[in-house]
This record gives sequence, C-alpha cells and structure tokens, in this order.
Amino acid sequence: MSNRVLTGLHFMQGDIACAEGAIAAGCRFFAGYPITPASEIAERMARRLPEVGGTYAQMEDELGSIAAVIGASWTGTRAMTATSGPGFSLMLENIGYAIATETPCVIVNIQRGAPSTGTPSLPLQGDILQARRGSHGEYEVIALAPSSSQEMFDLTIKAFNLAEEFRTPVFLLADSFLGHMREEVLIPEESEIDIVERKLPPSKKSLSEYKSSLDEGIAPMPVFGQGFKSHVTGSTHNSYGRRNVTDPEALDYYVRSLNSKIRKHKKEIISVDSDVKDSDVVLISYGTTYRAVREARKRFKEDKISVGSFRLISLWPFPEEEIEDLAKRVKTIIVLENNLGQIFPYVEAAAKGRAEVIFLPPQLLGTIHNPDTIAKKVREVI
Amino acid sequence: MIEINEDLCKGCGLCVAFCPKDVLKMSNRLTKRGVHPPEVVSEEDCTLCENCMLYCPDLAIVVGEEEKIV
Amino acid sequence: MKMVHPLIKYVRPGFLSTTSCSGCGNGIIAQGVLRAIDELKMDIDDFVFVSGIGCAAWIPSPFFNADVLHTTHGRPIAFATGVKLSNPKLKVMVISGDGDLVAIGGNHFIHAARRNIDLTVICANNGIYGMTGGQVGPTTPFGLKTTTSPYGNLEKPFDLPKLAEGAGAAYIARWTTYHARQLTRSIKRAIQKKGFSFIEVVSQCPVQFGRRTGAGNAVTMMENYKKNSVNIKKVDKLKEDELKGKIIVGEFIDREEPELCEEIAKMRERIG
Repeated sequence: MSNRVLTGLHFMQGDIACAEGAIAAGCRFFAGYPITPASEIAERMARRLPEVGGTYAQMEDELGSIAAVIGASWTGTRAMTATSGPGFSLMLENIGYAIATETPCVIVNIQRGAPSTGTPSLPLQGDILQARRGSHGEYEVIALAPSSSQEMFDLTIKAFNLAEEFRTPVFLLADSFLGHMREEVLIPEESEIDIVERKLPPSKKSLSEYKSSLDEGIAPMPVFGQGFKSHVTGSTHNSYGRRNVTDPEALDYYVRSLNSKIRKHKKEIISVDSDVKDSDVVLISYGTTYRAVREARKRFKEDKISVGSFRLISLWPFPEEEIEDLAKRVKTIIVLENNLGQIFPYVEAAAKGRAEVIFLPPQLLGTIHNPDTIAKKVREVI
Repeated sequence: MIEINEDLCKGCGLCVAFCPKDVLKMSNRLTKRGVHPPEVVSEEDCTLCENCMLYCPDLAIVVGEEEKIV
Repeated sequence: MKMVHPLIKYVRPGFLSTTSCSGCGNGIIAQGVLRAIDELKMDIDDFVFVSGIGCAAWIPSPFFNADVLHTTHGRPIAFATGVKLSNPKLKVMVISGDGDLVAIGGNHFIHAARRNIDLTVICANNGIYGMTGGQVGPTTPFGLKTTTSPYGNLEKPFDLPKLAEGAGAAYIARWTTYHARQLTRSIKRAIQKKGFSFIEVVSQCPVQFGRRTGAGNAVTMMENYKKNSVNIKKVDKLKEDELKGKIIVGEFIDREEPELCEEIAKMRERIG
C-alpha cells in the first residue's frame, strides 16, 4: 500500500495539498462531482484513496455527493467532499441534515466568481455568509479559511479534527486563487500528525439509555454496523433517538441544543492570527486577502508605523469577543474582503462603536488587493 | 388459538376480508382507540393459514397452535 | 395464555404502535421485510435501513429495531450508496415511496441502478403524495383528480420496472400488498442478490388516495389489486385489451452483472 502521508517538502497546488491533508487526516471516503476550480481535489482523491484502502465515489450530482459523504460518516468513516459555489448551493439541504444529525464531515468550497455560473477560475470570497446561513433553520457552523498551500494541508487536518470532536460538518472556505496556485508545502511525519477520534457509545446499550445526540458535552455517535440500533433522523428529535414533530418543547430543545453545542465551545474552536501590539490601525482579513495584507504591512517598516493585522483563521463561529477587545485598543479597523462586505457587518457589530470600522474591497473583485492600495488607505486614516 | 391485541388494532378490517374461512367478523363494540376490532366467530374453522397475520398492518393479530403458545 | 407475534422481536421497544393510517399498506410491507430477514435467519444488526421522506419512509423509521437512517426527501439511495461503499459488509436496504424515489430522487435511482451497487430498494407505490395530503405524483394514474390535478392528471405515470430495467438494475420485481407471500419471497431473493435489486409494491393509501379519489377503503383497494393483477408469465397469452388497466406483477428481471463494490475490491487488488 502506498504512503498514507507524503512526508517531505513539496511544491504543491492548493487543491492537491487539501487532498493530501485529508488523506493524512485519515479520510477514507470522498464523494464528489467535477466543478472548476475544485476538480483537482476529486482527481487526486480518485487516485490516492484506493492506494490507501479508501473509496472514491463520483456521484451524479452534488446533492448525491454530500448525501453519500454523510452515509459514509455514519459507518464510522472520515468522509469529505469538495466543490465550488454552485455545488455548495446544491448541497445546502443536506448540510442542514448533517448539522441536525451531528454527522462529522468536511466540506471544501473553493469559491469562485459568482453569483450563478460567474467566472469559474477567478477567486471571490462570495460564499462566506452562505456557509453560515445558507441552509434553512437556526444553527451554528464551523468554517476555516486557509491562506496558503501549506494551510490547505494543515487546515484540512484541523477541519477533520474539529468535525470529529464536535460531531458537525466543518467547512474549508478557499478560493480559486488558492486552489490553483502552487507553493511550498512541508508535510510532516505521520507520527507528528494529531488525529482526533470521535466518541463511540457504550456497546449494545439501548438508545433509550444514553444520550446519542443533542448534548453540549458532545454525545457519542452510534455508528452503523456495531449493533447500536441507531435511529438517525433530520426530523426534530430528542437526545434518545425519538422523533417528535408535535411539541414546541421538542423543537425548542432540538434547536437550542444544536446551537449551544458549538457556542459553548467557541473558545476551543476559534482560531485567529493576531499581530497588533500598539497599532492604531488594524487590518482584518482572511484567506487570500491576508497575503495582500502581509505585503502591505512591509511598506510601513521604514516609516516605523505599526500597522496591525488580525487574521481570521476560523470564520465561524465569529470571534465577536476578540474583535470587541481589539476595537477597544485601536482607533481604526480596516476590513479587507474580496467581496462587497460579508464579515464586515459582523466586525462593525462586534466593535460596538469603539473603533472606526472601514471596508476595503480590491480594486477589481476577483483579484487580490494591491498592497500599495492598502498602504495608501492606511496612510489616509492615520 | 387466535388473539387480537386491541391496543394495536386500528379496525381496518383486512383480517376479516381475507380470512378464507370467515372465522372473523367486525364487532360492534369500540376499543379504547375508538375503532371496531374484529372478533372470532368460528375458531373451529381456522386452518392456521395465517392470512390475517400476513395482512394485518399493525401486528395486532396472532394465530397459533395450542403447543406454540409462549 | 398470551401469544406473542413472531415479528415483534424486530420492533423497536416502545414503538410498536405506528402512526400509519388504518389499513395502510405500509404495515404489510414492513412485515414482508421482517419476515424475509427472519426466514433467511439473518441478523437484523447486519442491515442498515435507509429511508427518505413520506409515509413509506416511516416503515423502518422508527419501527425497526436496527440501524436506521431517515434522510432528506429523495436522497435515501444516495445516502445508502455512501453507507454501502464505505462498509460493503453491511446489507443496505432502502425503503421509501414513489415520490421520494422517482420524482425528486429520480436521478439517484437511475444512477444507482446503472452502477449496479448492491442495494435492495423497496418502493411503496401508492400512486400519490400521501404525507402531504394527496397531490399528484409520478406514478399517479392518467386522468386521476387529485388535490394538485383537480381537472385530471395530464401526465403518464412511470412504469417503474421498465425504468429500473432501462437504468440497469440486476433484479426487478413488482407485487401488490395482496401478494404478501410473494413479496416476502422476492425480498429474500433481493437481499441475497449481489447487485441493484428493485421491488415495487403497489400499496394502498386508504385515506389520501382511497377516500379522496373514491377508490375505496383498504379492503376494497386490496380486493381490486387481487382482481386486477396478472402475473408476467401469463402476459404473453393475453391480448392488449385484456391487459388494459391491469397491474402486471411478478419477477421481471434477474440478471448477472458486475457489482460495484466487488469491482472496487478487484481494482484495489489490481493496483496493489
């Protein structure tokens, strides 16, 4: 059998790094459908999964893909799909199902120019709010935003670990720029990669005897084929596998439990890369826009002006408290996104008026910000 | 032996309709669920064909030989 | 003396009383499945039952005391594909309704048949969308007045066995709830068959179909199934006008085709 983990230094395309991260994380099932700019992930998984004893399924559409991923996860297998905006839109119903049934899985969205067919090979950070609110109903999600090929590898592993620990789908929100570019990726030894396993229930106990869902402490998952006599449903249910589509008390418990499961663990989930010190101006970014921020900050080295950076590595749950603290310490926050302001209103709300919050898109949507333009904006506000 | 579980019976009448020996008849009384259950009218004619058991959607009727009783 | 129904051991404790209407064919189909497993002396814990949305999806959920996956509308076959591919040792059975499997779920249906993945798919075909109150569906008879075809259905219904055959299914049968014993036999065959097995069960919906369209109650509907069915083996001997309005039942297809999980296992061996 081929190497599970391709330890070593590689010059790797982002999409490929993501696929290798999944394999290193123990992913053994991928179901997907070709779509630019994510097809490379499917192609890599199709080749690598059989080598490591896993299965690749090319489904008839994205609805089938996410369904198959959820089915596979319920047999105890780590499962993933990868798509772009149009495919993600098709997956929304079953994403809600994965959330409702607390099914661990990873869903990669290599975002592209949108809405609709848009521009398949240009980046746009257009699906950020969709990841949070695209499926119907009241729920929480976990979403990570890589900024480099290295992070396409690392954060895919982290996505699997968060999914297994919190029994929830986790989104990896990249874009076509990141998916298609090539960069150095250092893949560590297999033994250095931490893998989180999901909790399984006490064997052969009846579902009525323990909580198999809707538990802030994360219920164990009664996977199929082990005699747990699991009952998994997207209907409103209680912690003991019983469906109840009559009583408001049942709906209240179901909605609140699903949400608090994530909210209560925000501190363990949220990940930011903050370098602020005594700056008056802070640049908030995520994903590929961070690369422009990094460049722009270099322009101020000679001026000895401190321009802070606050990068969101996890986009959801949103780091409200961290941004509120930040706003107390700085005068101006500039939010940089390759869209027309999707996390910007969240930053504004979290800042609670303590700092001025400005939005800066790239000159042209679908391109990375020009670092000089960013620097010019910073000088304007200082 | 023919036993009808009135907690499960929904009074659909399929057992009566498909008994080839007219062993059963819909009764006039009402169960707790508010339906008319079947009643056994000629047990001696029962051939244990199990049609009633097969067609009862609710597992509400059981037939068996004396020795098979649990 | 208390007798215990022999199938109760397969029912989830506390869920013996179901929510289905009086006389609903679903209970007969449920029995068909449980009898098949019982007669094959198989362990129900070796199965995963997958169902979609609709009354038929409540056949295994929550009634069966086994691993049950109650999914979103139209998708049970896609979920089942993921379950089977990631653990081919499991016996995966999809039980759902006509709207779920061939309207919204049509695409998954034809592709799973095309792939010949080892699944047993049982379609409770009541010719209507029962759960939502009696709307017209892909298997509703032509001309029937339903809540969304108040002037008469202007669309031909699917011939499900032909659809499955065209898509590539390895085993195809159609029975009605009247043919409960033959149904059990076909389910046993389908479970043991390596490949995509499809069984259509024409099943009575006494309330949303029977009462609303005047087709009658459960007894009338099942007596009509008995009267109007013709076994496929007899079809050649009958003239076209004799077949009009008849329900053709029997085993239609039983062929040997490469099954997907087996092919994947062979591929893994090939690439070493």
